[in-house]
Amino acid sequence: MKCQKCQKQATFHITDLTGDDLLALHLCPDCAKGYLETGESSEDAPVISDVMSKQLKPLEQTADDLRELDAKECPICGISFYEFRQGGRLGCPHDYVFFGEDLDPLLINVHGDNQHVGKQPKRGITDTESQTELIRLRRQMKEVVEQEDYEQASQIRDQIRQIEGEGPASE
Amino acid sequence: MILDDMAGRCGEWLKGCGPESDIVMSSRIRLARNLADYPFIRRCTDIDRANIESTVRERLTNKAKLKDLTFIDVADLQTLDRQFLVERQLISREHANSDGARAVAIDQQERLSLMVNEEDHLRIQVMKSGLDLVGAWDQINDLDDRIESQLTYAFHPKLGYLTACPTNVGTGMRVSVLVHLPALVITQQIEKVFRSLQKINLVVRGLYGEGTQAMGDFYQVSNQITLGKSENDLIDQVGDVIPVVIDYERKARDFLINEKQNDLFEQVSRAYGTLQNAQQISSEETMFLLSRVRMGINLGLIGDLEIPEVNQLFIRTQPAHLQKLRHSELDTDQRNVERANYLHSQLKLDGGSEASNN
Ligand SMILES: [Zn+2]
Ligand SMILES: [Zn+2]
Repeated sequence: MKCQKCQKQATFHITDLTGDDLLALHLCPDCAKGYLETGESSEDAPVISDVMSKQLKPLEQTADDLRELDAKECPICGISFYEFRQGGRLGCPHDYVFFGEDLDPLLINVHGDNQHVGKQPKRGITDTESQTELIRLRRQMKEVVEQEDYEQASQIRDQIRQIEGEGPASE
Repeated sequence: MILDDMAGRCGEWLKGCGPESDIVMSSRIRLARNLADYPFIRRCTDIDRANIESTVRERLTNKAKLKDLTFIDVADLQTLDRQFLVERQLISREHANSDGARAVAIDQQERLSLMVNEEDHLRIQVMKSGLDLVGAWDQINDLDDRIESQLTYAFHPKLGYLTACPTNVGTGMRVSVLVHLPALVITQQIEKVFRSLQKINLVVRGLYGEGTQAMGDFYQVSNQITLGKSENDLIDQVGDVIPVVIDYERKARDFLINEKQNDLFEQVSRAYGTLQNAQQISSEETMFLLSRVRMGINLGLIGDLEIPEVNQLFIRTQPAHLQKLRHSELDTDQRNVERANYLHSQLKLDGGSEASNN
């Protein structure tokens, strides 16, 4: 039997189950090594970029729509939708709000649902807006320090301290 | 050094006790959690990562009722030590190989592990021997509550616990059961079983050790989705199907005993003999043969060896463990010799099978 990827002799016969498909793979040692190494590096079986590409391409989106979506940047952490699409990992908690509508079809595709029904934090759902603001301020702080704007930096530092001070203290 | 102490004992999940432990090696639940006031890992600066690590360490060791946990600075460890933790399933390969501030907290019995700065800020894990998902959930739910009393998690009213990858959002929970299915492999029915599991949104993976060889007929069954179902539903989704898998494996074993007894006995005794007498042996071959021996014990074909000892051998014959036990760095050839020596010493022919402590 020949390797499904490169036509060399297949000596590895792997059965893998991800998503909707049972994968029966017949691979040569080289391709098998590559496959298994990338496969085992993450236990989260569905590869997000695969789902994304299936998800985004067949939509009625035009190239312009997609370009516009890709250029969208989270105001808190600065990640662009393009970067998310490439890496499959989001940049900060706020992305779920900021890219909410764009992520929704993906969530439905992966989970068949878009509404959490499980556990909630015991202390109740705290307002995390000020926490999110901390992410933004720390990033801004790094920028102004790089620009050697120390006056601005000390103002931001005060803001950070203030939020941290009033934050939900540990018990 | 704590890791050297660990090398001499074994995690509780290897004890081979728990329900159905002839076929179910372990039950594991992990929760992905993130702090609300830091970006996810890929957008973290080095300082963010260091701050997350120190905040978690401080809050959990000083104030919470988590004094039973020991923090290990993973960034500070030698490659060999990191590999050692991977082999014990206390950290992921990703965590071992990444860069920057990161840590793992574990308890004495190695039932709990808490990875800091893996793909998410926190990856909490509980492992139990045998099939005990409810017990694992009770433990991890309590641990999660204790951690949450000290840290503010990123949580969204509609989407639940927010994670770096949208495939984990919601409960952030992965429920995994590690099953040993040698008879289904021998009778070539394993694919059929996979196919039926796949229909109900479960993921099945072979477990891989060193290199590309599937490790000793072990398969991990886990849930795929994390959003839209409660934790208890997800546990049931996996937990309900495991007895079916166990039943298939038992039937396949019965078939081998009834119809292929001579072949089976030959395979098991050869495997045992090779492990006892080899002059050098690879990790892959060891896994393969230990798998046969493990089944042989469960079927009463081997009387002088116990399941916990075999479970431990799966771990202790892996590269980093051998090197820790021998206190020296060894290349592949040297390891193959050392592995054979070690197996020889643990599987002495004269019934002296008191392999090691516990
Ligand atoms: Zn190939
Ligand atoms: Zn963001």
